[in-house]
Amino acid sequence: MTLKEIIRLLQAEIICGESHIDDNIEFAGGSDLMSDVLAFAKPGILLITGLSNSQSVRTADIIEAKAIVYVRGKKPDPEGIKLAKKKDIPILLTDLMMYTACGLLYSHNLSGVYSESDKKS
Amino acid sequence: MTEKENVLTREFEIKGKDFSRAGNISSKIKEILQETGISNSIIRRAAIATYEAELNVVMYANKGILYFTLDPDSIRLKIDDEGRGIKDISLAMKEGYSTATEEYREMGFGAGMGLPNIKKNADKFKISSILGKGTTLEIFFFLNNSGAS
Repeated sequence: MTLKEIIRLLQAEIICGESHIDDNIEFAGGSDLMSDVLAFAKPGILLITGLSNSQSVRTADIIEAKAIVYVRGKKPDPEGIKLAKKKDIPILLTDLMMYTACGLLYSHNLSGVYSESDKKS
Repeated sequence: MTEKENVLTREFEIKGKDFSRAGNISSKIKEILQETGISNSIIRRAAIATYEAELNVVMYANKGILYFTLDPDSIRLKIDDEGRGIKDISLAMKEGYSTATEEYREMGFGAGMGLPNIKKNADKFKISSILGKGTTLEIFFFLNNSGAS
């Protein structure tokens, strides 16, 4: 799924990284807890979060996320936006709630990230 | 920075409670490693471990120093902090155990995943602590075998 399709599905606004709009996203993960993101994420992930401090962008950079979607009308702070621009990470904003945003993407076949315990069950 | 016999060493200071700067050192280390041609998966593991270690100093210590050493065989990180130390290391290594404040949890951290995640990403990991003095982490990544992935 391209970022462009994600923007359309989530009725989102893109505020930086517009040049990546045709990039393909293969999987996504959603959490407000960066501790968890650091533990489960895989490179290339679409990070969906409602945590809007600059550490959310920092975490996305460290885990090599392809883009970040902020849900619930959240917007990263200026420092976060500056960092996203520097690291060339696209930022999308949507008013949708976390569950709705994730559900919409999942129902359009955007896969999740599976942990070891998921595989066992 | 010193460079001799293919060994690169650097030292970084980490300020406690300075959340806005947490992650700067991991970014710098990532940049250094990207210039060396080391595989991306090792760089990524090293960046995650460094970031977690930085966050730990920011959240729990007054200050710390991160020593970075790169030689042809390994990446070594040593993080020495001055702070309250860890009372029970085996408990601190358990996923989900945390003594983080509510403030840090609201910032998205302090879920008790940091130390286990460092261990998971490292090829070798050592931790020691003196209560009331501080904690030392040693984190190794080996470049000539696949190690953990």
